[in-house]
Amino acid sequence: MFRLKNMRKSTKSNLVTFGIVIGFYIVIQILSALGLLTSSLSGQLVPICSYVILAVSLNLTVGILGELSLGHAGFMSVGAFSGTIVWTTLYGQVPNWLGLLLSFVVGGVVAGLFGFIVGVPVLRLSGDYLAIVTLAFGEIIKNVMNACYLGYDSTGLHLSFKDAASMNMDPTGTMIINGAMGITGIKKASTFTIGIVLVILTLLVILNLINSRAGRAIESIRDNEIAARSVGINITKYKLMAFITSAVFAGIAGVLYSLNYSSLVAKKFDYNTSILILVFVVLGGIGNIRGSVIAAALLTVLPELLRAVNDYRMLIYAIVLIVVMIFSQSPQVVAWRKRILDGIRSRMKPGPKAKEVQ
Amino acid sequence: MDKILSASDVYDRMMSCPHYSGAVAIVLRFEVYYRMQFLSYLINGISLGSVYALIALGYTMVYGIAKMLNFAHGDVIMIGSYVVFFTFGSFGWNPAVAIILSMIVCTVLGVLVERVAYRPLREAPSLAVLITAIGVSYLLQQVAQLLWTSNPKSFPSVVANSSIFKPLQLFNGQLTISAETIVTILACIVIMVALLYFINHTPAGHAMQAVSEDRGAAQLMGVNVNATISLTFAIGSALAAVAGALLCSSYPTLQPTTGAMPGIKAFVAAVFGGIGSIPGAFLGGVLLGVIENLSKAYISTQLSDAIVFLVLIVVLLVKPTGLLGKKVNVKV
Amino acid sequence: MKKLISAALASAMVLSLAACGSTGSSESTSAATTGDSAATAEASATDGTTPIKLGGIGPTTGSAASYGIAVMQGEQLAVDEINAAAGHTVFEFKFEDDEHDAEKSMNAYNTLKDWGMQALLGPVTSTPSLSVAGETVNDNMFMLTPSASAVDVVETGDNVFQMCFTDPNQGIVSADYIAEKGLGTKIGVIYDSSDAYSMGIYNAFAEEATAKGLEVVTAVSFTSDNKSDLSTQVAKCQEAGADLVFLPIYYNEASQILIAADKVGYKPTFFGCDGMDGILTIEGFDTSLAEGLMLLCPFSATATDETTQKFVSAYEAAYNETPIQFAADAYDCVYAIYECVQNGSINGDMSASDMCDALKAQFTTMTFNGTTGEGQTWSADGTVNKPPRVYVVTDGAYQTAE
Repeated sequence: MFRLKNMRKSTKSNLVTFGIVIGFYIVIQILSALGLLTSSLSGQLVPICSYVILAVSLNLTVGILGELSLGHAGFMSVGAFSGTIVWTTLYGQVPNWLGLLLSFVVGGVVAGLFGFIVGVPVLRLSGDYLAIVTLAFGEIIKNVMNACYLGYDSTGLHLSFKDAASMNMDPTGTMIINGAMGITGIKKASTFTIGIVLVILTLLVILNLINSRAGRAIESIRDNEIAARSVGINITKYKLMAFITSAVFAGIAGVLYSLNYSSLVAKKFDYNTSILILVFVVLGGIGNIRGSVIAAALLTVLPELLRAVNDYRMLIYAIVLIVVMIFSQSPQVVAWRKRILDGIRSRMKPGPKAKEVQ
Repeated sequence: MDKILSASDVYDRMMSCPHYSGAVAIVLRFEVYYRMQFLSYLINGISLGSVYALIALGYTMVYGIAKMLNFAHGDVIMIGSYVVFFTFGSFGWNPAVAIILSMIVCTVLGVLVERVAYRPLREAPSLAVLITAIGVSYLLQQVAQLLWTSNPKSFPSVVANSSIFKPLQLFNGQLTISAETIVTILACIVIMVALLYFINHTPAGHAMQAVSEDRGAAQLMGVNVNATISLTFAIGSALAAVAGALLCSSYPTLQPTTGAMPGIKAFVAAVFGGIGSIPGAFLGGVLLGVIENLSKAYISTQLSDAIVFLVLIVVLLVKPTGLLGKKVNVKV
Repeated sequence: MKKLISAALASAMVLSLAACGSTGSSESTSAATTGDSAATAEASATDGTTPIKLGGIGPTTGSAASYGIAVMQGEQLAVDEINAAAGHTVFEFKFEDDEHDAEKSMNAYNTLKDWGMQALLGPVTSTPSLSVAGETVNDNMFMLTPSASAVDVVETGDNVFQMCFTDPNQGIVSADYIAEKGLGTKIGVIYDSSDAYSMGIYNAFAEEATAKGLEVVTAVSFTSDNKSDLSTQVAKCQEAGADLVFLPIYYNEASQILIAADKVGYKPTFFGCDGMDGILTIEGFDTSLAEGLMLLCPFSATATDETTQKFVSAYEAAYNETPIQFAADAYDCVYAIYECVQNGSINGDMSASDMCDALKAQFTTMTFNGTTGEGQTWSADGTVNKPPRVYVVTDGAYQTAE
């Protein structure tokens, strides 16, 4: 108890975040053991974990580095495709745990590499221009993967960006990526436990980064780039550090996501998905990691809960989005909300202040 | 010209020609044929580009003054198109009346959306407005689906039976510029000139410039910021109605999702030309359409979008504020 | 303040979990979504037959919504008809939206499972179907898709059946027909490279056309992102001198191609597959442009046989629009299941897995007559065998091509 009091404020807050994640895991396990878990909820557990990772990693770019990225799904896509290729080609040849580990590592590394390739030229831009370039990057990845035909036969690898026929592949060869059909026949490997482990890993790395010397340097760039430069902070280095870390975890989340389904298509990773992740971040609070975790989980479940109203489902989702945004972000509404809350508080506790008024 | 001549065909014919002049004529024919083909792709590109330009004008107007990315712009276009579809297509109204009604509907819609969804967030982080705009975009699509179902509708061209605008035939009819393209380009130019005049030479335009430059200072100088921004949205949305009618006249499929992709492309076009710059939006739009169609014709139909976005990235790396964008110096 | 927000969010999360946890909430929604079929559910309890719970999945929002809604309406119509004719509730039906997305489709499937679905009539589109099919194999849930025609869908497991032709099958039959009738000497193709359906047909068509000695002079594609302008693709075919253009795409984009071709005065023979059905009923479309268009399609709304006539008039009365092939396939799906109910091989008291085994045995042995063909049978691999029909558009209506 004594120790908890002396802990740094940030450490305490981080512990609460981990507590929420682990608590969620335990609740689900208990529900599952009691047989109370519906298929609907259990089917969403892995996507929830991967969206949480995506939201937390994007928050590093948007909230901590302060740069708007609309291409997070692009990193998710390259991670998902490279990780899934590793998983399907190694399947049955190495122990499953090793194959799985390798696919996560490869997915993360490839996404990180793309983060580097994109980050070096692009981070010179800022604001809305950076946003549009990241959006362009995501769309390029989607279009290229959609037109990509990859397979192997006895003569080696074949690749085409036109159609299956122009690959000149032996009919006995194996198709890996089949254009718009993507990768099919994936053996499912993602589980809720793996997802939670990855969420905790992501939180550990990103929270540690934020609370480190490097993290403070990154935040200083966000608050005032020119001032940061003037005190000798290497802007490029720290921008890239945040951007690449963010990309790596997007890639890992992509692998987690794709190994939860038996097929993987590039179309999934379009700007709508990037924007969805951004919605999680903004709704959870820009720069607030715990908020991202909760918002990602809630907003993934919300459209499923709205199935009850079928025809009006997406309509209500859109209205909820607008209303929540105004309610949580508008300065006037926030002030009004505060007044109401203060009013309620003072009425509930008729302390000396209330008496004085009388 | 009925047949493509491959290079070897040309060589064979030249060899078989008895006269030197015959060989030259064939080579010239070959040359002209390919140039003609290139021109026809170019015209297709300009036609698409002028539609992008028209949408981009609305985008850039709102961005330049209200400093927000209005992702719902494409969906306002869609709503405007439906209004024209029903008044002109189904009830057979005069196309000009239909478009004016559509402009009124879109203006009211645009101002309403600004009042309800964007104004409360004027002082909030810009990301909050961006997300709200996306919410509005989903909302408009859903409302359109509930009102008019998701079944595609085939849009009648508003200039099809016009007596003023006729398709232009060039080179003895080998090249055709459609009436829609001519009208779209004319509309772009007229709107561009009108906007430039309005912004630079009217009191309301000066107020807009002031709001764009420094909102706080403008307010202190007695400019009604809220009214100015409402006016911006009104103009932007009216332009969306015109853009919608012309977009669907050239590319005649109307669905609740019709506005989404052209909206994104026009946004890219606006950035490409330098967002906030009115001539930039026009230039960006036309260039984007031309690049898209030429890459479809000569490189790959599948990768044309990837190429468009790649060009955008390269341009922004060389000129970080777009082709005609103003360079902004950051002060400490 | 922040604490308060996060506390509020956390409590909302707990609440939503609780809502997820109670199956009661989803049960009650069926009444709202399925209308009269659920309303009569209570009545059925009295006459002793347990209704069979059929689930449907497809896009009812987003860009593919028109296909999903057609399927939903076709299935709902068949269920209502059967229930009304039997005088008690034979089927309970619930349709869930998947936005043409694999993740949402899996969620829809799980929601239907919680509801107690015993057989699945869906999903509508191929990509979501691939993911859902994998899960139905694990659960041994019978899956009959009205329109997901990718061959990988049926290959997923022996419990997965199709009501439509597979994509390669359509490509091969089209190429054979064109070659046999000598419809064209130079063939151009315009297909959607971002769509599994279109690509599947195109790949098989290209292979078969080469084998039959047809000359494919050009094959150009578009994607869902750049399809607003298709004039360049049309120009490519015109320039290559194609006298027949094969369009393995949906009617919506096809109508744009016909208009673009008309603008430049290009008049080849256009030949489409089952996705083309619906082109004549697009609101505002000038059907004279479709004159001479040929299509390989199992269904025609103007066919004169009794089954089709009855279906078309009922559909028009219920929804105020002409049914397209999607709706017809969906309608047939329900009747095919009903045939198994009538011959006593399945009933509502069976578990989903037992019902799956019974339906598998039935489908591989039975012969079914529906709106999309007489004498339909299914192979053990789940693909349907029915005679392909080729129609040609004459005077704004389908005529059987000789």
